[in-house]
Amino acid sequence: MAEFLMPTLGADMTEGTLVQWKKRAGDRITKGDIIAEVDTEKAAIDVEAHATGIIERLISRPGDKVPVGTVMAIIREEGRPTTSIASPQTIATPPAPPPPVPRTEDIPVATTQPGRVRISPAARKLAAERGIDAGQLQGTGPEGAITLEDVERATVTTAEGAKPVSGTDRQARMRQTIAAAMARSKRDIPHYYLSTTIDMGRAISWLTETNEQRPVTERLLYGVLLIKAVALALRRVPELNALWKDGEAGRSERIHIGTAISLRQGGLVAPALHDADRLSLSELMQHFQDLVKRARAGSLRSSELSDPTITVTSLGEQGVETVFGVIYPPQVALVGFGKVVERPWVADGLVVARPVLIASLSADHRVSDGHRGGVFLAEIDRLLQEPQSL
Amino acid sequence: MTKMTYREAVRSGLREALRRDPRVFLMGEDVGRYGGTYACSKGFLDEFGPERIRDTPLSESTFVGAGIGAALGGMRPIVEVMTVNFSLLALDQILNNAATLRHMSGGQFNVPLVVRMATGAGRQVAAQHSHSLEGWYAHIPGITVLTPATVTDARGMLLTAVQEPDPVFIFEHAYLYSMEGEWEDNQPAVDISRAAVRRPGKDVSLITFGGSLWKALAAATDLAQAGIDAEVLDLRVLRPLDIGTILTSVRKTHRAVVIDEAWRTGSFAAEISAQIMEGAFFDLDAPVARVCSEEVPIPYPKHLEDAALPQPDKIVKAVHRLLK
Amino acid sequence: MSKPTAGDETRTMVLRILSEIAPEADTASLQPDVSFRDQLDLDSMDFLNFVVALHKEFHLEIPEADYPHYMTLNGCLARLSAARS
Repeated sequence: MAEFLMPTLGADMTEGTLVQWKKRAGDRITKGDIIAEVDTEKAAIDVEAHATGIIERLISRPGDKVPVGTVMAIIREEGRPTTSIASPQTIATPPAPPPPVPRTEDIPVATTQPGRVRISPAARKLAAERGIDAGQLQGTGPEGAITLEDVERATVTTAEGAKPVSGTDRQARMRQTIAAAMARSKRDIPHYYLSTTIDMGRAISWLTETNEQRPVTERLLYGVLLIKAVALALRRVPELNALWKDGEAGRSERIHIGTAISLRQGGLVAPALHDADRLSLSELMQHFQDLVKRARAGSLRSSELSDPTITVTSLGEQGVETVFGVIYPPQVALVGFGKVVERPWVADGLVVARPVLIASLSADHRVSDGHRGGVFLAEIDRLLQEPQSL
Repeated sequence: MTKMTYREAVRSGLREALRRDPRVFLMGEDVGRYGGTYACSKGFLDEFGPERIRDTPLSESTFVGAGIGAALGGMRPIVEVMTVNFSLLALDQILNNAATLRHMSGGQFNVPLVVRMATGAGRQVAAQHSHSLEGWYAHIPGITVLTPATVTDARGMLLTAVQEPDPVFIFEHAYLYSMEGEWEDNQPAVDISRAAVRRPGKDVSLITFGGSLWKALAAATDLAQAGIDAEVLDLRVLRPLDIGTILTSVRKTHRAVVIDEAWRTGSFAAEISAQIMEGAFFDLDAPVARVCSEEVPIPYPKHLEDAALPQPDKIVKAVHRLLK
Repeated sequence: MSKPTAGDETRTMVLRILSEIAPEADTASLQPDVSFRDQLDLDSMDFLNFVVALHKEFHLEIPEADYPHYMTLNGCLARLSAARS
């Protein structure tokens, strides 16, 4: 028997609403089949089965709000294949509770007493899961402690404020969940930042030549070169391609690049381009195009949201030159790319105008240090000087 | 369904054990001619004869040791120690022999011994007869420690215990002997491994055993009137402890009060509290609270004795403190 | 009311393509000489999709070097009518 659980589709997700089942009890399913549509704060997601077999029983009903990790259906596996439920720890485990929330950050200095929030362990855990700042709550428990009930009440208040999922409400909720994930990141992850300027001359002329020979439907965007370069550079510095879990970083064998995609109505998602290091540029371009389209149409698949092992964000189109991103937990690194700009550049002793771009790395100091981060950025630079071999 | 007292239940269990198995015999101070300090073996001497109902000298070390020897020799002795206070004289036999022989003989010798003793306070018998030391025994690996709190358990645990291959210690709370309870005929065999939820609830877990069970249930009734739904757990078995049932309850209620008639310091309640912390810390919505006896030798005067022991109103207060 | 011309049809089609790419945008009030990117917050992926859609709709080869001509509504219409004649 395999349990089909509400997956965690990102560090910020605590529950999802079952919109509809795409399969019925008794249906035969194969690992990877879309089995349910789930509405999260961010979007409606097509959730894939993680086991092959026959659906024994559908437990959740459309409309149910289901906490992450809850059993939604039972799948009777056939012959119990070796990987019965693909790495359930990555799909089923709710986000690890972060350490205590210091109160001092959020309250004006004059009124702040140093010390911890008086909150029960269960309430602290729930507050962290729901992204509620416990420092803002009024405790009603023993000696003024914040209890489960206080957190529940705060959640209800928040949820009531955003009940019908209209566009603006979804946006507000997305803003909240992004805020929770980023606050957790900034609180838990000791970030360090590096940047380097990369000469994009060769890459851009190669791209122009290549695109000249391609019909419009097969042309590449330079962003794809950047993603491929990041993916290949990770092979050289694999410690950046990891997920932080239970107090240590677990390196990922596969390289799934989370690609930050801004949504038109505001907010963003960073779904994965799976195995980006193994795809050709043309394949990567197709996948990327498809991913952006589906991200904006709100039809991402669950594995795309739960799988990224690193994130790439590119804000160059907005005209900024440098991005210092916030790592998306449980990932341990984020690569930012700015705008390609023409700048004076010294090559072979001459000052020439070259298109350059600033690549930056935000990385988790618990996992890597500046030296390795530097090796990584240098490797991206080197790869972009040989665009034909990407 | 018939009504019987806890004393009658113990007596019925003993009689049944003696009838079922010729290897079973009862031994202890005053168990024969006097019929047992708490009258649990009244009439047995006539019924089963002096071979099987044996009065012993006032030497706990001797007759517990004899019980161990008889068990090694293939018998199924039930040894009655008058109270847990006196069992300390036999502690060497219990700790160094009964509990260790299977282990030290590499499994060659086992000790199928049952030791019963009265425990607890509340009957104005003063400081030398009112201890609750079952928690001490629960510290010892190699023995099973039972604390029957109901008539069903008083009878049924004994019957299961005499079939165990290793030593079982049964602590009968002296205050319960005259308590009446309902008894169903044709009871199935009683298990000696699990805790029992005696009253389901959702707001707080009252975790207790033995004589304190009834105080916890009384407290739960009071709490219900204040709208607090308490779950009452009867541990039944102190060793090996059924921590699973405790954690399940605490994960549901998020609050726990442990009631233990022993002194708070170093008590079995402390052990339960520690295990809850180890196993359910992130489910706790309040610190684990304990209601134990005051740290004094149990007083003789009734009002002082009552004041020294856990009582329903103390349990109610402890719950209110957790819920504020 | 004047009879719809070929130019009107082209304009309608371009606006329809744009509204598929930027569904929330009010294409009716588009300023014809200001770039789509500035008015509709199009990124390079959106723009590529726009060019691909023009290619499919009007059976037109659009080399990358010509992209700048397609960045405004008037630029598009000029190119498309030139290609048609």
